[in-house]
This record gives sequence, C-alpha cells and structure tokens, in this order.
Amino acid sequence: MPLSPIRPTEEAPVSPPRALRLPLDPVLTLAIIGLGICSAVTLGAATRNLVPGRPNYYVERQATYLIVGFVLMLGLSRLDYARLRSAKNAIYAALILSILAVLALGHAARGSTRAINFPFFSFQASELGKVLLIVALAAFVAERTRALRERDTTVRVMIAALIPAMFVIVQPDLGSGMVYMVVAYVLLFVAGASWRHLAGLAALVAVSVAFVLVAAPAAGVHVLKPYQTARLTAFLHPSSNPQKEGYQQQESKIAIGAGQKTGRGANSSQIPNGFVPESHTDFIFAAVGEQYGFVGAGLVLLLYGLLISRALRVLVMSKDLFGSLIAAGVAAMLMFQVFVNVGMTIGIMPITGVTLPLMSYGGSSVITTLLAVGLLQSIYVQARASAALKDRVLRY
Amino acid sequence: MSALERVRPSDPRIPVSPQLALRVAIIGGLAMVMFGVVFFRLWYLQVLSGEQYVQQANANRVRDLPIPAPRGQILDRAGQRIVASRTTNAVQVVPSALPPSGAPRAALYRRLGRLLGLSAGRIQALVIRGRSAVPYAPVTIKTDAGSGVLTVLAEQQSQFPGVVQQPVALRAYPYGDMAAQVLGYVGQVSKPELKLRAFQGVQQGTVVGQEGLEYYYDRYLRGEAGVQRVGVNAAGYPVPSKLAAKQPRAGHSLRVTLDLGLQKESEKALLEGIEHARASGKPANAGAFVALDPRNGQVLSIGSYPGFDPNKFAKPLTKAEYAKLQGSSVAGGPLTDRAVNGTYPTGSTFKPITAIGALESGVLDPNAGLGAGSCISVSTQQFCNAGHADYGAVSLVDALRVSSDTYFFEVGELANSHGDVIQSKARELGIGRKTGIDLPSEITGTVPDRKWRAKVAAAELTCERRKHVHSCGISDGRPWSVGDNMHLAVGQGDLVTSPLQMAVAYSTLANAYMNGGEGTVVTPHLGLEVDDSHGGLLQALTPPPARRVHLNPSDLSLVMAGIHDAASQPGGTSFDVWSGWDQSQHPVYGKTGTAQREPLEDQSWYMCYIGDPHRPIVIAVTVEQGGFGAETAAPVARLMASKWFGKPGKFVAGSSKTL
Repeated sequence: MPLSPIRPTEEAPVSPPRALRLPLDPVLTLAIIGLGICSAVTLGAATRNLVPGRPNYYVERQATYLIVGFVLMLGLSRLDYARLRSAKNAIYAALILSILAVLALGHAARGSTRAINFPFFSFQASELGKVLLIVALAAFVAERTRALRERDTTVRVMIAALIPAMFVIVQPDLGSGMVYMVVAYVLLFVAGASWRHLAGLAALVAVSVAFVLVAAPAAGVHVLKPYQTARLTAFLHPSSNPQKEGYQQQESKIAIGAGQKTGRGANSSQIPNGFVPESHTDFIFAAVGEQYGFVGAGLVLLLYGLLISRALRVLVMSKDLFGSLIAAGVAAMLMFQVFVNVGMTIGIMPITGVTLPLMSYGGSSVITTLLAVGLLQSIYVQARASAALKDRVLRY
Repeated sequence: MSALERVRPSDPRIPVSPQLALRVAIIGGLAMVMFGVVFFRLWYLQVLSGEQYVQQANANRVRDLPIPAPRGQILDRAGQRIVASRTTNAVQVVPSALPPSGAPRAALYRRLGRLLGLSAGRIQALVIRGRSAVPYAPVTIKTDAGSGVLTVLAEQQSQFPGVVQQPVALRAYPYGDMAAQVLGYVGQVSKPELKLRAFQGVQQGTVVGQEGLEYYYDRYLRGEAGVQRVGVNAAGYPVPSKLAAKQPRAGHSLRVTLDLGLQKESEKALLEGIEHARASGKPANAGAFVALDPRNGQVLSIGSYPGFDPNKFAKPLTKAEYAKLQGSSVAGGPLTDRAVNGTYPTGSTFKPITAIGALESGVLDPNAGLGAGSCISVSTQQFCNAGHADYGAVSLVDALRVSSDTYFFEVGELANSHGDVIQSKARELGIGRKTGIDLPSEITGTVPDRKWRAKVAAAELTCERRKHVHSCGISDGRPWSVGDNMHLAVGQGDLVTSPLQMAVAYSTLANAYMNGGEGTVVTPHLGLEVDDSHGGLLQALTPPPARRVHLNPSDLSLVMAGIHDAASQPGGTSFDVWSGWDQSQHPVYGKTGTAQREPLEDQSWYMCYIGDPHRPIVIAVTVEQGGFGAETAAPVARLMASKWFGKPGKFVAGSSKTL
C-alpha cells in the first residue's frame, strides 16, 4: 500500500454546487409560469368583447405585466433578502407614504381612490403595500426574537399592520386591508406568539366583525359604507336581491356551474356576454370555471396548491427567521387571496374585492405577487447556498 | 458523512423546532381544508348541478322576439285583392342599444327628430310605449321614410346609435276609403284586448284587426307569429348566435261576397246622389247603401258615407285625428258604418211590410178603396199626404204605386184594433232585430208597440226619479195610441232600423215571392270562404238563414205588384227614375221613401228588388237629409243596378214628391 498522502483520484472532479447553477426553485417557477399561461388563456377568451375592435387588448397588457413581473422576480431572486432587514424603517415609511399619496393624489375610480395614474400604468399602492408590509413586519418581528411571546410584540405588530390597513380600507379597499391584518396575524403565529394572544386576537376580530356588521349599523353608526356591508353579507342570502349585490355572485355561480366537467369553451355565454361584471379582474375564476369546467378550475387550484405548498416549504428551509417570516407572510397572503377570491366566485365567501393572484388582470396585483414570489426565490437561493457551502442548518 | 455529500445536499434536511413544525403544519392543514372545501363546492356546482346552471345560463342569454306573421289578404268574390300587405322600410329604435338616458339620448332623439320631422318628445313617447308593449323588441318610429332619410341613416350610422332600418309589413288598402267601415283596420293589440277571448294566444305587440272584417275574421287573417331566438349580452345587446327560429305561419286569405266592380260603382253612385242633393240645396251630409243577393244574404256591396282611409291606421294616429274620425256620438263620424249601425225611420219604404202584415192577419181587404181625401182625422189629429195630394180611394196595389199616405194611415188605424199585427210581421221579416251579419257591431233597432211604449215610459220615470229632473228625454210618458200605429204604418214615428235590416226584409219578401210564399230570412254575410295563402279552400262560410217564413202567395203577389207598378207604371213613385229600363228582362220592385226627421231635412230612401233568374239583387239606399226618395236615393239604386246587370249607367232623378 503506497504511503503517499496523495491518493490517486479515481473520482470525477467536484462539480460546482448545484444550488448555484439552479438559481430558482423549479417547482415555484413552474407554478407561476403555469398560472401566467392560465391567466393569458382565460383572459383571451373572456375579454374578447370587452374592448370593441381590440379582442387582445387585455391579454397583451396582462402578458406585459407578467413578463415585467417575471423579470423583477428574477432580479429580486438574485438579491440577498437579508439586506432588506436593515431597511425596514424605510420600507415601512414607503408603505405608509405611498398609501397616503394615493389618498392625496389618486383619482376617483368607481367611487374608490385606489390608484395613481401614470402614463402606462395605474399604480395601486395598496397592492404593492402587501409586499412592503410583509418585509417590514418580518424584519420587525425578527428583531424582537427574544420577546416573541410578549404581549408588547403582539400589540405592536398588529398596530403596525392596522395603520396601513385603516388607510387602505378608507380608500376604500377592504380586501387589501384584510390581507394586511391576516399577514400580521400569520407572522405572529409562525414567529411563535403565545396561543393566548392569538386566541385573544381571533376573539377580538369576531367581536369587531359583529360590531361593524350588526351592532354599529343598528346604532346608526356606519363604519363600512352601506354597499360594503351589503356585499359582505350578500353571499349569505344570494337570491334575496338578485338585481343588486347578489347579482354578481349569482351570475358567477351560474357561469361556473354551467361549465360542468370540461367547460363550455366557445359556447360560453355568461362571461363573453358580460353577465358577470369584473370577470377579467376579481371574477376571473368564473371565466375559468365556465370555459374550462371542473378540469380547468381544478388545474388552476392545483397550481395554487403547488405555489402555497412551496411557499411553506421555503418557510421551513429558510436559513434564518427573517426569511421564514417573509415566506410565512407570502404564504398567508396567497392562501387568503386564493381562498377568499375563489370562495367569492363560488358563493361561499363574501365579495371583498380581493384579486386572484397572477390570474386576475391588473399590473399592480400581478407585479406585487411576482415580487413576493421573487422574495421566496431569494430565500430559497440563500438557503440552498448556505446549506451547500457551509452546511449550515437553520437554528431556531 | 463524506464532505462531498455535505457539499451537495440534494434536499437540505433542516431540523425544525417542534414549535415551528406544529405551526407550519397547522397552516398547511388549514390550506388543505380550504382546498378541500373549494373542490367539494366546485364538484357540487359543476358536476352535480351543472345541468341546471347550463339552463340558467341559456335562459340568461336568450330572448324570444316575435316574428310577425304576414297577415292574410282580403279578396272580393271573384278573387280580386281588396286588402293586402305591403312591405316598406321602417326606421326603428333598438332600446337596449340607445346611448345612456340623459343628455346623450336626448341629443340623439333631437337629431333623429330633425331627420324624420318628429319632435324629440314624440320619439321618446313612442319608445317608452313600444318598450312596455314588447320588451327588447325594436320600436318602430316611422314607416315610409323617404330614401333620403334612409341614406343619411346608413351613411351616418355612428351619429345614430341604436337606430336601425328594418323592412316591415304594413296593411295596405289599395282602394283607400272604399268599404272602409266594413273592411275595418288593424293596429297593435292593446292590453285590455289581450284578455278577450277573441285574442286568445295572441302575443303582445301583434297587429290585429280592430274593426270590421279585419276584427271579425282576425283569427283567420292574423296567422301565427314566429319566434326569433336572439342571443343577448348582459346589457341586452343582440349578439351573434346560432339559435333556432320558429318561422311564422302566414294568415289565411278571406274571400268576401263583395263584388269589387259593384262596390266601386255603388260608392261612386252614392256620391253622385249626394252631390245631386247638395246641388238642389240639401245638406246631404251622409248616406249608405247595401246590395244583397236575396237568395242567400251575400252582401254584394255595402258602404257608408262619409268614409275614411284605413291606411291612416297603419301609422300611429293622434288623439285629435281619431276623435275627428269617430265624430259625435249622436251623428256619428266617418268610422260609423251607417249601412249597419245607422238608426233611421224608413218612410214609405216600410209600406210593403205594413201591407203584408195587415193582409196576412186579415185586417185589410186589398180591394177596398181607402185613403180618400188629402188628410184623415183621428180624434184631434190630422194625418195628411205630402203636399196635401189627394189620390182618392184606392186599392192596395195603387196605394203602393202612388205611395198614398192616407191609405196606409187608415191601414194603421184598422190594424191598431187588432193588436200588433204590423209589428209582429215586421219583426218576422227582420226589422228591429239583429241580422247576424259577420261584423263586430250592428244595431238592434226598434219596432214600436204597446209594450215598448210602456217600457220607455217606465224607464223615463225611473230616470226622472233617480236624477231628480223633469225630463230625461226618453219618452213623453204617454200611453200607446192609434196615432203611433198610423205613423208606424208609413215608416215614421218611433220606428228605428238600418238599411241592412230593410235589405233583409225586402230579401225575404223577394225570395218568398220567388218560391211561392216560402221565404227565408237570410243572414246577411260578407265572408265567403277562408282560403290558404295559395288560394286553396279551407272553409266555406255559409251562415244558415235566421228563420223561414210562410207568406200567403196571393197576398204577397199583390204587394209585389204594387211596388213593381211603383217602379214601372205611370204615376209610380219611381217610374221616371227607371225610364228606359227593360222591365221585362229585369223587373224592378221598388219603393221610394222620404223619412221625416224634424228638425233635419227629410231623409231620402229607396228599396228595391230586381228580378233575374241568375243574379237577383236587393238594393237599399239612403241619404241623410237628401230630400225625396225619388229625387236622390232611387237614382243611386238605378246606377247600382245598371252596373250589376251590365247596363249603361245614368243618373235619373225622379220627380215624385211623396213621402
């Protein structure tokens, strides 16, 4: 046996770490590309008649948003998200200021002031605010690692979410406001807040809802605008007022139901003929349901399942708590929006004006979702890189 | 663990704290529950209840619009077209495609109004009315718009959103006001009409007959509307779609008994008589004629003056226009069919009926000389001949020839003591009862008798008591008197009948005369047969006679001889009217009448039956305020008869000044 310390290499040379050659989570990427294609295909059929003479108006614009968002996601995935942690105060300030700017400058569109119009793009601060809030709150919670179980943390986090939430609810964008609160709650939940606090918050929400919808109107105080209350409660009695609040939901259910197993395709009538208002934005799932049936709707839901499960996977593989919390926030945002939006189109959830991530037409929503996915990618990349190079495991 | 394995972990196995694991598991579990709920709900909606939602979606997008059925034509007895449908272009508004209400819509109405010569308010009213009649269907704003208008609309379509041009079928009456009251007119079915039995199964917005034959035979003429299934979007706009349509079934044709040539000539003749009367200073404001086949009651021609043009009803009428057509409730306007609904005393044309009534009941000896002197007195009243003429004591035949009033006054006086012998015969022959003609309305008329006078006296009393007035004008309350019967005997007094009833009574006398005393009271009718759109017979319309009458042949021949002499013998009241007429070929049995209607001018009457083995005819002519019967009505009858028998027509005014 030769005594040489150098053993002859019979093995192949070590290849560079695969994590660096594969800079993206393939499943996550597949899910968003799939959803993007579903969105474009559905919009193509659903919006044929919306702009006279320009059947592809919405598809082209949505494709542009998806591509821009995808590029932004790629860019964000190359950044180390950890750098955002130090900028948390700036991010939070940007969140509040952009929402206030919309309130101050935004134009009134259909009774709501939600957007600032730029030449090519109308900017909805409340949408982008979702990502900003996730990052800011995650950084805030990560800094209080030692005081996660304290009541003070719970209260501060909830208040930090409540302030922007109130501003967007005033706009009025009830849906985004609710997303903010859900994100904050889930962040606390994942970070390890005490069960007592979490239960207390849940109880508080229940009492507030009862107060806002039942007690306050009875006492003559209208916290929500009457149409919001009507929309929120319409799903409980769909046929009582089919001409107004219940109409949209009823028509949406008819569209989805009529899709049957494999969809009506070119025979679709509900969506192309405009019986479901907002079928290209909030009610796009109705378009999916009518045109592609149970199969199409199931496929879209499976892609969302993939997306959410992957977000939870990123949550647990993150190299640090900050990353886990961001992933938790993104997962919460996606779950809430998907479930509330789809639930609204099939008549089991109230109408709240929450978009279906990536599917609904709209630049702000698409780009915000892709930025959130970009954060997930970044966490994934960083986790892979650190695990590969330093064999570091997440300490918690 | 080798270094290599540490460098390339295929899937980093991260030890996660139990706390985090639990909480992430809860989130994951929640997500699974949510997806489960959504999948279950989707399964329920799409797979279990899918069929039902497909139906709802289809109900949503489909609107059924009626396709109007082409209305059947009306043809004369020889198959010549009298009423047809004409296709024209209509400017229509599609309510759902209009710009939003408010300023943009008002501006459109103004633009359209300027183009069509209508006010914006009128257009708006039409749209609102049309929309409530048939939701979703286009509303016709104007028909027969000039080609200039249509060109402007076609070229500047963007200026007129929701305005379309559409070919529509309009009812066309090519002969204008000819037989207008009988033919009737058409219009969209009204809401109250929809509840009528006659319009069972008719859809809103359908054009149906509103008067005359168009109304009476509507169920044959209207056909069955088709259905066009139109796909619509949420705003109600039609969208292209492949949906089955139900084709409309065209209405059947109605062949009527009218003879187009005779009808045209009759109208012309009546107008000529009226002009003649006017030339001699009479108001002659209205008139009517009827020509019947006495064997079966077929109406050969019928008309009423003044007339109207039913084409006017093809387009919306204003209230003022309609009121003018309707006229006053007393005198009636152009819409009143005076041949069927005129309420007149008949003057001496009633005398043959008096005569047959008195003869049949044995009250009158036809050979006894009656009516001597120019007047007769009964109690305090004087009953005189016209112009106080004295015909001496004459027999029945001569009395009819010269139309002696004193003779018939005496007959009336005689008959009065035997009860209602004149009245019952008059009713048997068809006076004072509905004839059963196939038109929407006809008068009943009155043959006055004791019972009738008691009834009106009672009605007057009830009315006076209820309204606390001195007189309601129904009756003066006096009982029946012999004078009443004497007036009735010469077709005056309270007798109320129509030219059509008189024509039926004369037809009965005529067909009884032809058949040795066995007569039928014919049911006058206009409908001859219902044909399909290719002319094939679907149903013949032959209403049975109302009843049979038996008249003593010798009595009847005396009466007929009397009225034949009146038209053919010197001294006969219409002798000079028929001068030059071949009485051996076409014997005329004619009676003049001059009904006194204070304070109006006398009403001119002429009734005649003209014999022919193949085409006998009974003619009734009357001209309100037209003067003596021989002077105005009789020449009209001669013109009609000339046409019917193919003789050269000549207006010969008679000189007889009898009543």
